[in-house]
Amino acid sequence: MSFEAARPLAPWRWIGGPMLTALLGNLVLLVPFRVFGLQLPEPVFAMVPAFAWAVIRPSILAPFALLIMGVIMDIMWGSAIGLWSLSLLLAYGAVLSARSILAGQSRVVMWIWYAVACGIAEGAGYLFVQLDSQSTPSPWAVGWQLLATILLYPFADRLIDRFEDADVRFR
Amino acid sequence: MALRDNPFGEVRLPLLLSAAAALLVAIVAAAALLLTDRRETFQSEAYGVTRRVGDQVAAPVNTVVAAPVRWGGSVVDYVQGYFFAVSENRRLKAELKEAQQWKVAAVALRDTNDRYKALLGLKTDPPIPMVAARAVADSRGPFANTRLINAGEERGVSVGNPVMSENGLVGRVIGVTTGAARVLLLTDVASRTPVMIDRTNARAILTGDGGPNPKMDYLRGNNPVAEGDQILTSGDGGVLPRGLPVGRAVKGLDGRWRVVLASDAAPVDFVRVLLFQDFRQLVDAKQLDKLPVPPPSEPVAQTVGVVGSTPAPAASPPAGKPVDLKPAIGTPPPAAAATPKPAAAKPAAATSAKPPASGTATTAAKPAAPKAAAPKPPAPKPSVARPAADPAAEIPH
Repeated sequence: MSFEAARPLAPWRWIGGPMLTALLGNLVLLVPFRVFGLQLPEPVFAMVPAFAWAVIRPSILAPFALLIMGVIMDIMWGSAIGLWSLSLLLAYGAVLSARSILAGQSRVVMWIWYAVACGIAEGAGYLFVQLDSQSTPSPWAVGWQLLATILLYPFADRLIDRFEDADVRFR
Repeated sequence: MALRDNPFGEVRLPLLLSAAAALLVAIVAAAALLLTDRRETFQSEAYGVTRRVGDQVAAPVNTVVAAPVRWGGSVVDYVQGYFFAVSENRRLKAELKEAQQWKVAAVALRDTNDRYKALLGLKTDPPIPMVAARAVADSRGPFANTRLINAGEERGVSVGNPVMSENGLVGRVIGVTTGAARVLLLTDVASRTPVMIDRTNARAILTGDGGPNPKMDYLRGNNPVAEGDQILTSGDGGVLPRGLPVGRAVKGLDGRWRVVLASDAAPVDFVRVLLFQDFRQLVDAKQLDKLPVPPPSEPVAQTVGVVGSTPAPAASPPAGKPVDLKPAIGTPPPAAAATPKPAAAKPAAATSAKPPASGTATTAAKPAAPKAAAPKPPAPKPSVARPAADPAAEIPH
């Protein structure tokens, strides 16, 4: 057993690092680039920490990290400020409340749960945009973003694997 | 195992509760932020300091991040140019041949057009100054379609300015700061653009939905649009200038009319910002606000064109009113109507739906003939003034 495993779980390691990585992913995919008329996908990188943080352990810092991350995403993307914060927090809350069910599930089942969480976030965003702009967003566009986000689960799996057992109080 | 038996049970419950409380507080804060946001308005102050600072910081960062992609794109273009030089040369030759024919036609049309303008005294819109900029960030999600461009208020860009690529309209500026401006694309779910179908002159509102092809709402008329029709901005409401190319009409899978945007065929990174505020900049605002001249107290003009041989009414008219305003058949039109104000000379100024020429003719006669059964004097039809004269009247709100 390494000494690292015995150290307490520092917030910057499991919250700060993934948060910055997710924002960096968003920043890179903001590049105006088109290949043969096709645009780059725009997945919601923040769903990776939103799901993993709820699975790893309940935390006071994680909701505020999601709030800040959502605001930064809204500024980056030009969407209504608070839209992604609220959507991510709702998905995080849903996963947190189902945490005891998720414990010990296989990778495939966890991927399905992650897809459900992504669906909650996108569905919430869809509803808020509909109410805010009095117009219905294209379900196809939502579907493409959802698909691209679901494909990011391996990153969430890696994050969970790394920190799930780091705090023995919440096993 | 009971909670009491867990060695961490005593700390676990307070942590769970505090985590739940933190989540609740964060949700309330996010909801408050969302409710107070007004990104799609034309008010520059609604854009907010947070966004302004965010855009100001993001613009140089995104420029750096996008630089390798831009260089890579240049290399790809260079290689493509090398390998596809022959086919491109053939295509360009064919285009040049066609363009030369158009050039002859264009010269003839321009000459005719100039003569018509001179004959009608038509005042055309002045050229709109433009600013070239590069897009440094491009969001393409279902809930926000915006671009950040590297030209800001220091170059005269302001909220509401239309933004074009080399092929067509891209969107309009919704936020501006030093060195950067945020462009709301036509595909954004909050975007509404008044457009017209070039072939039929029918109007619609182009509504974005986050997908690549915005839909046309509030289409009016009988079969107003057909597959492939060219869509232009209508200029209704004065937000955008009239006649900017938008795209062509297609029938969507959902059975609605949609638009394949012309700007999609252009490179994504370069745009032009038209420094166009609204139609009020094209005319003298003071002239617009000026009230019409009141009718003269002496009804001199009222008797103009009245023929004395017309039968007198049964009851004597009230004092101050003329005997009759009905012009005799075959008599020349009234002088007032024969010399209408040059309505065509101020096309954008007239915002009323009524043609100014008839208004001029009836200004003097109105108090005298409340029920003017007389036919309207044959004032010249102000067809020239119509396109720009009544945009507000045709807005399908």
